[in-house]
Amino acid sequence: MKVARSLLGKALVVVEHNNAKVSPATLAAVTAASKLGEVTALVAGKGSKSVVDEISKIQGIAKVLAVDSAEYEHGLPENFAPLVKKVQDENKFTHIVAAHTTFGKGVLPRAAALLDTQSVSDVIGVKDENTFLRSTYAGNALASVKSSQALNILSVRPTSFDKAAQGGSASVAQVAATGESGLTKWLADEVDTSGKPDLTSARVVVSGGRGLKAPENFKLLYSLADKIGNCAVGATRAVVDAGFVSNDLQVGQTGKIVAPELYIAVGLSGAIQHLAGMKDSKVIACINTDPEAPIFSISDYGLEGDLFDAVPKLIAGL
Amino acid sequence: INAEYMGTPSECLFFFEMTLKALVSIKRVIDYTVKVRVRPDKLGVIKDNVKHSCNPFDEIAVEQAVRMKEKKLVGEIVAVSIGGPKSVEVLRGSALALGVDRAIHVKLPTDNDDVESLAVAKILHKIAEKEKPDVILTGKQAIDDDSCAVPQMLAGLLGWSQATFISELEVSGKTAKICRETDAGMQRLEVSLPSVISCDLRLNEPRYAKLPEIMKAKKKPLQEITADSLGVSTQPKIQILEVADPPTRAAGRKVKTVEELITKLKTEAKVI
Repeated sequence: MKVARSLLGKALVVVEHNNAKVSPATLAAVTAASKLGEVTALVAGKGSKSVVDEISKIQGIAKVLAVDSAEYEHGLPENFAPLVKKVQDENKFTHIVAAHTTFGKGVLPRAAALLDTQSVSDVIGVKDENTFLRSTYAGNALASVKSSQALNILSVRPTSFDKAAQGGSASVAQVAATGESGLTKWLADEVDTSGKPDLTSARVVVSGGRGLKAPENFKLLYSLADKIGNCAVGATRAVVDAGFVSNDLQVGQTGKIVAPELYIAVGLSGAIQHLAGMKDSKVIACINTDPEAPIFSISDYGLEGDLFDAVPKLIAGL
Repeated sequence: INAEYMGTPSECLFFFEMTLKALVSIKRVIDYTVKVRVRPDKLGVIKDNVKHSCNPFDEIAVEQAVRMKEKKLVGEIVAVSIGGPKSVEVLRGSALALGVDRAIHVKLPTDNDDVESLAVAKILHKIAEKEKPDVILTGKQAIDDDSCAVPQMLAGLLGWSQATFISELEVSGKTAKICRETDAGMQRLEVSLPSVISCDLRLNEPRYAKLPEIMKAKKKPLQEITADSLGVSTQPKIQILEVADPPTRAAGRKVKTVEELITKLKTEAKVI
């Protein structure tokens, strides 16, 4: 993908990674940034050379700025924000972009405050260098906004932009570390290492709600997901609150926003806040005993039935 | 001040020195149960005669401050809300009536006025400079704007640690151990105090105000100020061009059997 020469902007993408690989969400941020001008990627981490190598080969990236230092190992905003500010002061980008993820949400607004800039969150469309589309009211009101600021800081929704492909060849330059802030100490990350497909990038998502009735019944959905393949399991807030599954499965306004090829909603009624997290899915199917459940009104295919009967049949029939 | 455990004047001073001061920021928003509708002029959403309430995540922040006060970790809780005249309702009903000691209303001219997150952070920064809290608690995001930015911006302006999306909080002395909800699961951090803390769903379950407390709330101090008086401009840096409905999905259909569902998904939708 060529960067259009007519674009005068210079965008900085703050790369999210785990010191080993670039996060898929960042690849969506690169696509968004490419609509704004020449793209530079900032990789700060510890032992993160493979991330630098990977991002430098992504289409659309002209330059990579890299710093490898202990304070950046865990993505702490207290250490990242001053770095972003320094890189901005030295390079005067017109845009700073990251994915609207836990990392992006933590770092970008803090950096925006240091740069006296009103950031724009959860961007779902880029019209031009100053005009963006963002989601408000749980996706029920889409706001088209125009900024008059010399610098714009955007966190973009990963499901709204295609992931940038491989095929680039960027130059890499080292930047100086800005030091440990001493404000916050990382203790632990408790993450799921089972290798199951990632909820935000799986081709198919199967989600369960209160209709599942008990935690052990989620096994049914995991079996269905295994049968379908490249399928992640999600959940409503209600069952996460009840302790059926861990919080990283929550799909919704304040959980994860997903937009898979197929979303199968099982035993969930479709509260406004849940719909916010999945209504952009290409195809939606649901299984629910209540014909009046709101989920039916946004489903392409709705099966009024008992999930304990239907899901095993689905697993057998696929 | 709860006279029961105050004791002598020197015990009072000791109490205040040993306990933390909490500042809680809350916002009046359209209630989460309301089906929000875009205005005919497409410059916003319909707010007139629509049910409003305290932002649910801010209720969690208030609850957390009150619990910390009950545990004698916090001595004084001050609530602040930036909003039009009706924001007084959330300050009284969702803060003062639950155990918050006093409130500050940064009054905007009308209930339809909005303030951008950076301006909100600057207002709270000014208030924090005056009130000198040890912890600033607020919800992780407002369910109307969904920006999820104020706590992080405020922490940046103050140069404080930030503990965002927290589901567990354990304060001890000059630090707090937190557990936060992340995309990948959970993260544990130790943050230095003072800190800006944004609360997530599972941190606690807020209590309901009881009638005696609601009555007492009417007598608690509620100070009204303006953003101007703090030297903060509420002039927006971003202009809203248009607010639109999301794209509507075409109506779907009911299938009668699992077999029919599978067939449709395979041959019609072609997603399996």
